[in-house]
Amino acid sequence: MTFLYAAAIAAYSGCGLYLMLSRHVVRIILGLALLTNGAIFLIFFSGRIGSMVPAVIPLGDQELALDAANSLPQALALTAIVIGFALTAFAVALLVAAYKRLDTLDAREMTAAEDMGSPFLPPGGRPEPAVKPAEEPAAAGKKSDEVKTNG
Amino acid sequence: MADQLDLLWPVLIPIMTAALAACFWYNIKAQRIISFIGLVLLFAASVKLTMTVVEHGVIAKQFGGWAPPFGISFVADPLAAALVAITGLLALTVGIFGFYDVRARHERAGFYPLFHGMITGVNGAFLTGDAFNLYVWFEVMLVTSLGLLVISRSREQLDGTIKYGILNLFGTILFLIGLALLYGATGTLNMADLARVLPGMTMTPGLMTAAMLFLAAFAIKAGLFPLFFWLPASYHTATFAVGAIFAGLLTKVGVYATFRTFTLLFLIEGDTLRYVFTFIAAMTMITGVFGAAVQWNIRRILSFHIISQIGYMLMGLAIATPIAWAGAAFYIIHHIIVKANLFLLAGAIRAAGGSDDLRKTGGLLKSHPWLAVLFLIPALSLAGLPPLSGFWAKFLVIDASLRAEYYGLAAVALVVGVLTLFSMMKIWMEAFWKASPVKPSRRRYVPVAFIIPIVMLGAVTMTIGLFAEPFVTFARDAGEVLVDPPLYIAPVFGAEAAAEAGALISGEAIEADIIENGAAEGVEEEVR
Repeated sequence: MTFLYAAAIAAYSGCGLYLMLSRHVVRIILGLALLTNGAIFLIFFSGRIGSMVPAVIPLGDQELALDAANSLPQALALTAIVIGFALTAFAVALLVAAYKRLDTLDAREMTAAEDMGSPFLPPGGRPEPAVKPAEEPAAAGKKSDEVKTNG
Repeated sequence: MADQLDLLWPVLIPIMTAALAACFWYNIKAQRIISFIGLVLLFAASVKLTMTVVEHGVIAKQFGGWAPPFGISFVADPLAAALVAITGLLALTVGIFGFYDVRARHERAGFYPLFHGMITGVNGAFLTGDAFNLYVWFEVMLVTSLGLLVISRSREQLDGTIKYGILNLFGTILFLIGLALLYGATGTLNMADLARVLPGMTMTPGLMTAAMLFLAAFAIKAGLFPLFFWLPASYHTATFAVGAIFAGLLTKVGVYATFRTFTLLFLIEGDTLRYVFTFIAAMTMITGVFGAAVQWNIRRILSFHIISQIGYMLMGLAIATPIAWAGAAFYIIHHIIVKANLFLLAGAIRAAGGSDDLRKTGGLLKSHPWLAVLFLIPALSLAGLPPLSGFWAKFLVIDASLRAEYYGLAAVALVVGVLTLFSMMKIWMEAFWKASPVKPSRRRYVPVAFIIPIVMLGAVTMTIGLFAEPFVTFARDAGEVLVDPPLYIAPVFGAEAAAEAGALISGEAIEADIIENGAAEGVEEEVR
């Protein structure tokens, strides 16, 4: 059981990290969600899985049964689930808004923040391709190179 | 009992203000009034807390009447109390700045609830005495700051927020994994309890992993080398008021968490951890200041300077002597005020010159001479020129590093100080000295709402600089609590448990203690 659980945590975290390495922002968010789940499992796991008796005081008794499960990791996991869910929801909403404004979810093409006041661009911002036609072929060629080598 | 309530208000007031402001979602005027009342009350409450801590020493409160390790505890030591007081001051000044800077569409997008929610998260993170609770406050802070960062919903902000959000989310997940490992090894997450238990345990691989995960998570939050890149990618896109409060507070929460963790839970004893911290501190200082040198946008310059200044704070932590920690505490307090002030000044320069890009503005010395003077106060303080607060902050930290014979670190700190001066002079020369590249079509005025907070924060900088003594004494007190974990444990668990823990800690590190204390005492005598 312990090994199975540890393997599940490893699988969740591994898949999460793999997805986070993607350039596609939706995949990154999915990866983060998986990684959060891995962390939550780890919290639960760190409370040791032994007893199956729920941590509830039976009717009429004054205190918890001695063999009851550890309730603290359950509380921690619950808190982390709620927070993780809320942040994932926020992140997805943010992506929708970003897609509407930026027309892309590829991390390479998301340069709006970097272009703002960038020292490597003229003060007016990134020049339109139509303004400087001479640079266009070179820029285009460079881009296709990048796709080839990285993609 | 009354003292313990002081601990509650700095968190309770902003969260109630946020809730109340959210209730009046469509009534912007009511939100403004509620927000301002909340800010004044918060400032009063945070000053009261600091006074209580100065009077009574470290205070603690247990929530829900649970006995210490089981319930959540709040603890205010001098460092935390001072940071809460500065947060109160900064929230108030940025609130005044916001009278003009916060547009109606920002208000309709929920600026006030988000702003007060963020202050709640920051104060909660400073005051909590429970590691898991710290995670919760981090997330409160993160989600509200995401909302604040993207408040205009412009292309730049959406892009910057995604980068900021993803990396910070990753950081909190690392923190969560570290917490799980720590809980698995110790069975407790109360910081005072951890400080009692951990010194008696051997450093297993699990514990070491937890410590390193904490370091990585807080390094992302604080903007330490090499994990700072989200910061200059996003801070310059925020509105000016939001940028100022972010620059002042958010990274400092990460720094505070690093200090808490590595003075209370995992002690910097061995050479390995010390070496890691020294290296990170030096690299953070250097990369930050060189990153700034190439930039032309004022807020991008300042964003990189946040990073390099964080390096100084970490340098204090790395040296790990009582005077170094006192110096670092002083540095944090000084830096929050100065950096937020500079971000506000970027807003004022934008209002006066039409742009916060140095290539597009200029000639402000002639048109707004007083603005130039107001800029010089925080700018020279950041660079560390006497008699401003930055001089004392740098003096304390570098002095500590020389005494502990970290000559390389001291040299880096001094060189980075000079380069900081270079950056500040660049802003000064470009924005104020040189003639304006575009002929201004009309005379621009800087709104009064911008000037009041800048003057207030500038006055605080001057006060700390000219009357440094009480602040240094206070920083020494803060450093003492960091050095002596039993002082932190006693209010939570009682004096007896603290003495036991003290014996355990000193039993482990008795030699190092004697050397450090002996050196510090000798040094103090020399000064006298």
